[in-house]
Amino acid sequence: MEVIMALAVGLMFACGTWLVLRRRTFSIVLGVTLLAYAVNLMLFLAGRIGAASPPLVIGDATDLADPLPQALVLTAIVIGFGMTAFFVALSLHALGQAGTDEVDLNRDSGDGTADDRHGEGPGA
Amino acid sequence: MTHLPILPVLIPLIAAAVLLALPGKAPRSLARGLSIAGLLLGGASAAALLALTTDGTIAVYAVGNWPAPFGIVLVADRLAAMMVALLYALAIPALVTASDGLDARGLHFHALFQLLVAGIAGAFLTGDLFNLFVCFEILLLASYALLVHGGGHEKARAGLHYVALNLVGSTIFLVAIALLYGTLGTLNIADLALVLPQTPPADVALVRTGLLLLALVFLLKAALLPMSFWLPHVYSSAAAPVAALFAIMTKVGIVALLRLLVIGVGDEPQAAGLTDGWLPALALATIALGTLGAFAARRFALIAANAVLISSGTLLFAIAIGDAPATAALLYYLPHTTLVTGGLFLLGHAISLRRGAAEDRLVRGPVIAGRTSLGLAFLVLAVAVSGLPPLSGFLGKLMLMQGAQDWQALWWATLLLSGLGIALVLARVASILFWEPEGRADSDVEWERIGTRRAGALGALVLASPILVVAAAPVAGFAADTSAQLHARDPYIRAVIASDATILRTPRPGPVVLALQPEEAP
Repeated sequence: MEVIMALAVGLMFACGTWLVLRRRTFSIVLGVTLLAYAVNLMLFLAGRIGAASPPLVIGDATDLADPLPQALVLTAIVIGFGMTAFFVALSLHALGQAGTDEVDLNRDSGDGTADDRHGEGPGA
Repeated sequence: MTHLPILPVLIPLIAAAVLLALPGKAPRSLARGLSIAGLLLGGASAAALLALTTDGTIAVYAVGNWPAPFGIVLVADRLAAMMVALLYALAIPALVTASDGLDARGLHFHALFQLLVAGIAGAFLTGDLFNLFVCFEILLLASYALLVHGGGHEKARAGLHYVALNLVGSTIFLVAIALLYGTLGTLNIADLALVLPQTPPADVALVRTGLLLLALVFLLKAALLPMSFWLPHVYSSAAAPVAALFAIMTKVGIVALLRLLVIGVGDEPQAAGLTDGWLPALALATIALGTLGAFAARRFALIAANAVLISSGTLLFAIAIGDAPATAALLYYLPHTTLVTGGLFLLGHAISLRRGAAEDRLVRGPVIAGRTSLGLAFLVLAVAVSGLPPLSGFLGKLMLMQGAQDWQALWWATLLLSGLGIALVLARVASILFWEPEGRADSDVEWERIGTRRAGALGALVLASPILVVAAAPVAGFAADTSAQLHARDPYIRAVIASDATILRTPRPGPVVLALQPEEAP
C-alpha cells in the first residue's frame, strides 16, 4: 500500500511540474490542480496508513487513527480550490486583456514595443 | 486584555466583512471612513500589544481555548508586537493615499486591503506552522486581487506570473508541513523545538528536508536570488499604495524564517548547518542583483522595487549570521527599510501624477509642480535608502557590518558598493526629474493636485527615517531586547507549552498519542 501511494504522489508531482512549466495558462491551471492533488494525498499520508486504526475511541482501542492530517487536508482542499478558481478567473481576465493565453501575454522582449500585441483592452 | 493578541487580526477581518456587506450604492466616503477607522482601531490594538510586551511579557492566546500543542495559538512576543505595529504604521499612510481616487478604479479595494492587513498580522502573530500557511494564503489571495486592481495589460501579466509562482510555493509549503508532521508529529513552533532533539536517527534526513523546504517557501516570499525575478516586475506594476504595503510582505517571509531558525530549530545537532554556506552567498548575490537592477531601471517604481530586493538580501544575510547581535541589528534595520521603501513607492506616485504623460519614466518631462517639497522628500528618502549618514540607513548598516567574521570582506564590500550604486542611481534620477525639465510647464499637461491628506501620508513615511535616528537609542535598545528574548528561546517555549501539560508521544510510525496528564482521576 505504501508503495502504491508513494508512486501515486510521485507521478502526480511529476505530471503537475511538467504542466506548470508550460507556456499556456490552461496547462498551468491543470498542473496546479494536479500538484494540489499530490500534496493533499501526501498530507493525508502523514497520518500513516492503517486499516485497523479506528477513527473514534471505541472501547479500549489504543491504536487510534490520527485525526489531525484529515483536518489539514480538508483545509488544504478548500484553500487550493479557492486559489485555483482565482487563477482561472485571472487567466480569463488576462485573455480578455491581451487576446492570448500565453503566460507572458505577448512575445516581446519586455520593452513594450511588440507589434503582435492584440489590443490593450478597455482598461489599459 | 486577555483577548488583545487576536485583535490586530480580528479588527481588519471584521472591517473587511462589513465593507463587503455595504450596498453598492453606498457613498464611497462611507467605505473610506470605515476602512480607515478599522485600521486606526487595529493600529491602536497593535500599539497596546507593543506596550504590553515591552517588559518581556509573552502574551499567548489559545484560539478556542485549546491549549498548545493541541490547539492553535497566537503568540505575541516582542518580535511579533513590533512587526504588527510596523505593519499598521505602513498600512495607514498607504490606505490614506489610496483613498484619494485609486480605490474607485475597481471593486472592493478597501475590503481586500483589510484582508491583506489581517493576513500579514496573522502571519506575524501565529505560533503554528499550519496556521502560518493559512495566513499566508489569506494575504496572498488579497495581494493577488490588489495587484490587478485597476486593470491593464501590464498588471494582468505581472499577476499571472505572481499567482502561478505562489501557487507552486504554497504546494511546497504543504509538502514541508506533511514531512514535518509525518516525522515529528507536531506543527507548533515551540513544540517543534521540544520534539526536534528526540528525532530518531532514521528520520533526521526527512526532518531536515522538511525544514529546508519550509525555508525555501519563506525565501520565495522574501525574494532570495534564484527566486527573486518576480519581485521587480510585480512591485513596479502594482498601484503605488499597494506596492508600498507589499514592501512589508517580503518581511513576512524574513520574520517567519527568523522564527523558524531561532525558536524552532535553535542549535539542535539534528538540524545543524541547515543554512551554512548557501544562504549568505545567495543573500549577497541578491544585493548585487538588486543594485544592478536599479542601474538598469527605466522607471522610478522599478528602482523602488529593486531597493526592496536589496533590503531583502541585507536582512537575509543578517539571518544567516544568526547570532544575537546580528539579529538586533536586523531588527533595527527592518523598520527603517520597510518604511523607507514604502515611502519611495508613494513618492514615485506623487511625482508621476505631476509629470503628465512622462509618468515616472526616467525621461525628461515637464517641470514638476511643487518640486521644492517633493525634492526635499526625495532627498531624505534617497539618503536613507542608500545608507548615507546621518539617516537611519547608515546607522542600520553600521550595526549590521559589525558581525559576520567569516564573510566580513565580502559583506562589507557588497553592502558599501551597493549603497554607493544606489546613491549614484538616485542622484541621476534626481537630476533627470528635478533639474532637466523639458521646456516650461505646459498648460495642457494635466496635473492632479496633491491632496493634503496624501501629502501627510507621504510626509509621515519621509519623516520615519529622521525619527529613527533621533530615537536611535531606545529603538536599538528595543531591538537588542527583542533579539535577546528571541535567542533565549526558553521564555517563548515555556509561554506556549504550559508546564503542567505532559505530552505523551509514542514513537512514530503509528499515530501519536497525546494526553494531558494532571487531570488523571484517582
